[in-house]
Amino acid sequence: MDRRDFIKSAGAGAAAFGLAACTNNKSVTVDTKLGEMTYRTNPNSGDKTSLLGYGTMRWQMIKNADGKDVIDQDSVNELVDRAIEAGINYFDSSPVYLQGQSEQATGLALARHPRNSYFIATKLSNFSNWTKENSILMYKKSLENFQTDYLDYYLLHAVSGEAVFRQRFVDNGMMEYLMEERKAGRIRNLGFSFHGPASGFDEMMKYHEQYHWDFVQIQMNYSDWTHQTREAKAQYMYEELTKRGIPVVIMEPLLGGALAQVPDAIAKRFMEREPSRSIASWAFRFCGTHPNVLVTLSGMTYREHLEDNLKSFCPLVPLTEEELEFLESQASLMKEYPTISCTGCKYCMPCPYGIDIPTIFAHYNKCVNEGNVVDLENATPEQKEFRKARRAYLISYDRALEKVRQADHCVGCEECMSHCPQHIRIPRELQRIDRYVNNLKKTF
Amino acid sequence: MLRKIRIVLAALFWVGVTALFLDFTGTLHAWLGWMAKVQFLPAVLALNLGVIVALVLLTLVCGRVYCSVICPMGVFQDIVSWIHGKGKKKNRYRFSYSPAKNWLRYSMLGILIIAIVAGIGSVVALLAPYSAYGRIVSNIFAPVYGWGNNLLALIDAHFDSYNFYTKEVWLRSLPTFIIALVTLVAVVILAWKNGRTYCNTICPVGTTLGLLSKFSLFGPVINESKCVNCGLCGKQCKAACIDTKNHKIDYSRCVDCMDCIESCKSKAISYSFRYGKKDSEPAPAKAEKAGAADAGRRAFMMGSAIALGTAAAKAQDMKVDGGLAAVTGKMIPERETHLVPAGATGLKHLAQHCTGCQLCVSVCPNNVLRPSTSLKNLMQPEMSYERGYCRPECTKCSEVCPAGAIVKITPEEKTSIQVGHAEVDLFLCIANNEGVNCGNCARHCPAGAIKMVKEEGSDVRIPSVNPERCIGCGACEYVCPARPLSAIHVEGHEVHRSI
Repeated sequence: MDRRDFIKSAGAGAAAFGLAACTNNKSVTVDTKLGEMTYRTNPNSGDKTSLLGYGTMRWQMIKNADGKDVIDQDSVNELVDRAIEAGINYFDSSPVYLQGQSEQATGLALARHPRNSYFIATKLSNFSNWTKENSILMYKKSLENFQTDYLDYYLLHAVSGEAVFRQRFVDNGMMEYLMEERKAGRIRNLGFSFHGPASGFDEMMKYHEQYHWDFVQIQMNYSDWTHQTREAKAQYMYEELTKRGIPVVIMEPLLGGALAQVPDAIAKRFMEREPSRSIASWAFRFCGTHPNVLVTLSGMTYREHLEDNLKSFCPLVPLTEEELEFLESQASLMKEYPTISCTGCKYCMPCPYGIDIPTIFAHYNKCVNEGNVVDLENATPEQKEFRKARRAYLISYDRALEKVRQADHCVGCEECMSHCPQHIRIPRELQRIDRYVNNLKKTF
Repeated sequence: MLRKIRIVLAALFWVGVTALFLDFTGTLHAWLGWMAKVQFLPAVLALNLGVIVALVLLTLVCGRVYCSVICPMGVFQDIVSWIHGKGKKKNRYRFSYSPAKNWLRYSMLGILIIAIVAGIGSVVALLAPYSAYGRIVSNIFAPVYGWGNNLLALIDAHFDSYNFYTKEVWLRSLPTFIIALVTLVAVVILAWKNGRTYCNTICPVGTTLGLLSKFSLFGPVINESKCVNCGLCGKQCKAACIDTKNHKIDYSRCVDCMDCIESCKSKAISYSFRYGKKDSEPAPAKAEKAGAADAGRRAFMMGSAIALGTAAAKAQDMKVDGGLAAVTGKMIPERETHLVPAGATGLKHLAQHCTGCQLCVSVCPNNVLRPSTSLKNLMQPEMSYERGYCRPECTKCSEVCPAGAIVKITPEEKTSIQVGHAEVDLFLCIANNEGVNCGNCARHCPAGAIKMVKEEGSDVRIPSVNPERCIGCGACEYVCPARPLSAIHVEGHEVHRSI
């Protein structure tokens, strides 16, 4: 039975559950009907979690009366309702997301549903002040924000190895406190999220015996599987965790959208293989194909993101060996492009000098993918293609960013660097982009 | 027929010159740049002999055709006057003969000559008709055009296409804007009521050409034998120069618009050789008491109201992700010597040649040029670097200047012309004060004139300028993170030199 037939039968079996199909449209296939959400069982707690989890780092922001950016609560409520209706039961947040507003907004939306119909995951994000008092305050605040007296999944946020772990969680006595909370049932699963080198990951694994990690959240996708160079490779981490029976929660399955907005030439290959599926769906199915994955998190800003992802997980159709190889080959091709591995998480923000770092990177990557970044050494200004690309880059740069927020205003203070979970050397990249822009402007 | 030709040519010139001021992309200048260069006063100040001789000959032969066709201010008044005359007959025939106000005319001309000789650029700029018109377009019409363009750019952005790009619309100088507005209102009122009053009482170029056209070979001539004394020609003469009772035309004020020829039902007026069968001396017009002097147009104000936003957000107890730090706008630093563009060769040269037409200001793509607010150089261009810097590869202003105030230079030449030099104010420098490893000025200096140096016993690097290599482009000033005043700013040089 090939995949399409499988989807057809699965879709037909759960027709009542899915979206009402539009019958008068000839092009509609059974693909548009949703089947049952795929669930995974946590071996430690027995939790039946939806394979697709909701990341709450990317809710829609609007300007309030004072011109401040605030979360659009109405859209959060609608999306959460739709997600729960479709079977999603895992929601992941952090006290620092979205200028500190994510937990409360997500909590407000979830509180409208029975507490036992969803799992809450949130984090101890004690980055700037890690005293025990401040850390406990942050934990208590999370309980308050989610209007609950227990958290299902609690993570030590963005650990990169022993040094950071000891500093923020061991030396201040927080680990003991959290273990007590776990014993008391107020933290049902204790784990950490990881961004760092393989050596740092090994260090954290050593602590498993002592602390017993109930789960670990790692950055995993088909690009980081074997092609990650600076950080621990996803494959390595996944296998180490599987060996120890620790379930895996996945973050950045799309690399902040980078695996949805791939270079045009590569996009064509995906579209040729699966014309009716989104490019993003490949990345999600890659994650789901691995059996030790408990949840794949996706920060779905818009309803369309949610619906598209539901298609990938209701139910999940695992990738074949051949398809995995295809992804692997596309990942190698992508590495050839000079894109910057920014996922748009905004941990670096706000830049004290007002630079809009993620937007600069996103704009640059978009231009790379659209073929509007030219090799200045080999292109001549007389070439028509060059002129077109130059115009496109410079005009869209000014459209994307106010002048004072562009890369030329980066002073190189490096304050952003320690916050970047991708460990991008931000000032260096900004200055590289600035030099490129300046060279474009020079070629009148 | 002659009138129709005049209207077509005038329309072409007027649209062309206006477009020059509106087109911020600079593409039209390659085609229409000559239209600015044939303007009378700019040509005189540029000592553009070819143009001067041609215009003098044109006037001596044909009369003040220049005023009816080439001068955009003249054509603009005709348009205003024509709109008033549309519809009701009463309005079309609203003119009547009035004697020339020679006292006012010649004193205005005298003031202009004195101002040119003394190098008081602001007075020249105020009186020059082409410049006054340019000022109106660049200060009042161009923002409207810019907003229209930005609306298109906004629509364009929705379709992800790059036909239009957003153009910053900003008030470059309040005094100049006010002067432009007052000029526009005054000219519109004068033209609406009395047609060419401005050209025949205030405009020094009109007066100069009037002196020549008095003796022009050709002009509208009244054939007394055919004339039925209906007086229609005089009622339609926007220059108020046809003395119908005496069948005399004041050729010093006639702009050869040919309206009278068309209006005459008995074909008694024709454009012909003036010194034919009958020799008619131009009647010496009596100088009458000057009309109301031009309304005071002075208004001097500093137009730099700066909203002092809060500085960079300091670390809170909990650092949260996202958001943008507020950025305070930059303030114009006090420069002891004005900064003027490369190509101007120096302050004096610019002051002596510039007519303040704002063409350079309109084409500056980097938001650097703006009209000066100082009394002596009012409306003449000067540079400042709050919104951009004078990019070394750009020579737009030098390409468009019709008056030779900014001489044409090549980008290669520009990179070695020193228009000023940068000075560091360590009191404001964040490297010096906060120990930030900044160096943004040095990183952006195209001349390599700034080095980040360590002082003995210190471990922070602070900027130091080598004034010999600095060309005064202002990249450092523009990208300096210190706000609202940059910690590095450019001081102008009185005389530019090549390095």
